[in-house]
Amino acid sequence: MNVRRGWGIFVILFALLLGACALSLLAGPTWVPLSEMPESSIVRMRIARILLAIIAGAGLSVSGVIFQALLRNPLAEPYVLGVSSGAGLGAAVAIVLGLSSAGVWGVPLLAFAGALGAILLVYTLARTSSGAVPVPTLLLSGVIVGAVLGSFLMFIVSISESEKLHNVMWWLLGSLQALDWRPLEISAPPVAAGLLTAILLSRDLNLMTLGEEPAAHLGLNVEQTKKLFFLVASLMTGATVAACGLIGFVGLIVPHIVRLIIGPDHRRLVPTSALAGATFLVLADSFARSVLPVEIPIGVVTAFLGGPFFLFILRRRTSPYWR
Amino acid sequence: MLSLKNVSAGYGRKLVVRDITMRVPEGEFVGLIGPNGSGKTTLLRVISGVLAPFEGEVLLRGAPLRTIGKRRLAQMMACLPQELALDLAFTVREIVLMGRSPHLSRIGRETRKDTEAAEKAMAVADIADIADRYMTEISGGERQRAFIAMCLAQEPQILLLDEPTSHLDVGHQLSLLDLVKRLNRRSGMTVVAVFHDLNLASEYCDRLLLLHQGRAEALGSPQEVLTVEIIRRVYQAKVVTEPNLVSGKPHIVISAGTDPPGE
Repeated sequence: MNVRRGWGIFVILFALLLGACALSLLAGPTWVPLSEMPESSIVRMRIARILLAIIAGAGLSVSGVIFQALLRNPLAEPYVLGVSSGAGLGAAVAIVLGLSSAGVWGVPLLAFAGALGAILLVYTLARTSSGAVPVPTLLLSGVIVGAVLGSFLMFIVSISESEKLHNVMWWLLGSLQALDWRPLEISAPPVAAGLLTAILLSRDLNLMTLGEEPAAHLGLNVEQTKKLFFLVASLMTGATVAACGLIGFVGLIVPHIVRLIIGPDHRRLVPTSALAGATFLVLADSFARSVLPVEIPIGVVTAFLGGPFFLFILRRRTSPYWR
Repeated sequence: MLSLKNVSAGYGRKLVVRDITMRVPEGEFVGLIGPNGSGKTTLLRVISGVLAPFEGEVLLRGAPLRTIGKRRLAQMMACLPQELALDLAFTVREIVLMGRSPHLSRIGRETRKDTEAAEKAMAVADIADIADRYMTEISGGERQRAFIAMCLAQEPQILLLDEPTSHLDVGHQLSLLDLVKRLNRRSGMTVVAVFHDLNLASEYCDRLLLLHQGRAEALGSPQEVLTVEIIRRVYQAKVVTEPNLVSGKPHIVISAGTDPPGE
């Protein structure tokens, strides 16, 4: 009855996440016997991979929550809005320019710039003169900007040298494979900072869901809040894409289900979505590398689940509920 | 309390209201009326501070609106926009508590004082019994009351309303406006409201500002503003007025017909 109010769901999710991590540690083409675990390099790689899934799942889900609140649209999500494509393009440019070997932060910085550029472009295109952001124009702008940025990405793929080609292809499909700790180093700080900001300012996100003008009547500095959160969400998306490529629809599926269970209050929605997103991606990744003899790219798995889910929400939009 | 000095405003390069001057003393109930597109909502947005005027200024207790901080302004003035669409399943109580935002620090959480203010606001708006219902499942009249309660939780001295009864049936219209009138009379809350319905404006307002093509066509008591001559000229509608049998205020009676207006 009181699930909406309580933190019970949070505890359940945490237990689920621990279970998912344990499963993920065991799952894969090779099953490592427990006795060999401490020394196994496979286990060490799997731990890195699990941590990356946790960071990416939390980052993408909370980006989704933020975009949905700012744009007052349940379908807003980094991948759908073309933000992921922008980040992917930035990352690909960085790889082709050789920035990936030059310094640790070259790729994430350009990915972040690409993400920010994409959302600003989509937002400007979709916004009408009265300041509203209607759903159809928003989705169309996101799809078109995503397609155009995607074609640039393809262009870069087509002209890149063969040894870089493999690296770039990797972005397109999304992978949580962590050969070393670098993906964790570049993604953990931005995602943690973004999550903290979203948790501290979650009341502002509540006000934004009322609309920009009502939020302003309640004393919120709307323009400043919008800028800050576009920045935060782009930072989280950019960092995630830089670390593990294009993983779509996580920011759509996770917040939607969490909202169904605990309601729309962002003070609970933000932390719970972060936790649920982490759990979801750890599970999806365990699935991706254990069902077939070869590993399925994680982006393929999430798109396979997310595409139909997107259509399902789109169909249900006719009802007054956001859920 | 509130004064407008030669206010002109609009959007982009388009001028919507021109050269409006008006003083609203404390505790007055002022109605903004006029035909569609006459600039009522635009003027209310200027008064609320979300739209900066091209020229002139709005003074609140002698201080220009633009010099008052957003949070400070929201502590003094609450505004209920025309169509506050909400498709998220917040509960009534959660929405009313949002009215406490201007009294909280940016990262602050509600204290007991805020909860009490919200409970009081819900009691005044007569929605205490639906506090835990979802906004998405209550009626239009109840939703509008919830938003009024949200405004009251701000503990403002001025309440701005944009056609607060536009989608309500006559029973809900009257009960909502009775509530606003009570707040105005008993707590001395200054009210500035946009009205579409001239008869409601006549019944509830102390003074009316009639806008026509962005200009102030008439400003005064309902008796002074709602004359047959003015209404026929501004609205191009064939009407007569008579005193309301109950209140004595002007009542506009429409006369349907196929003749061109003004004949």
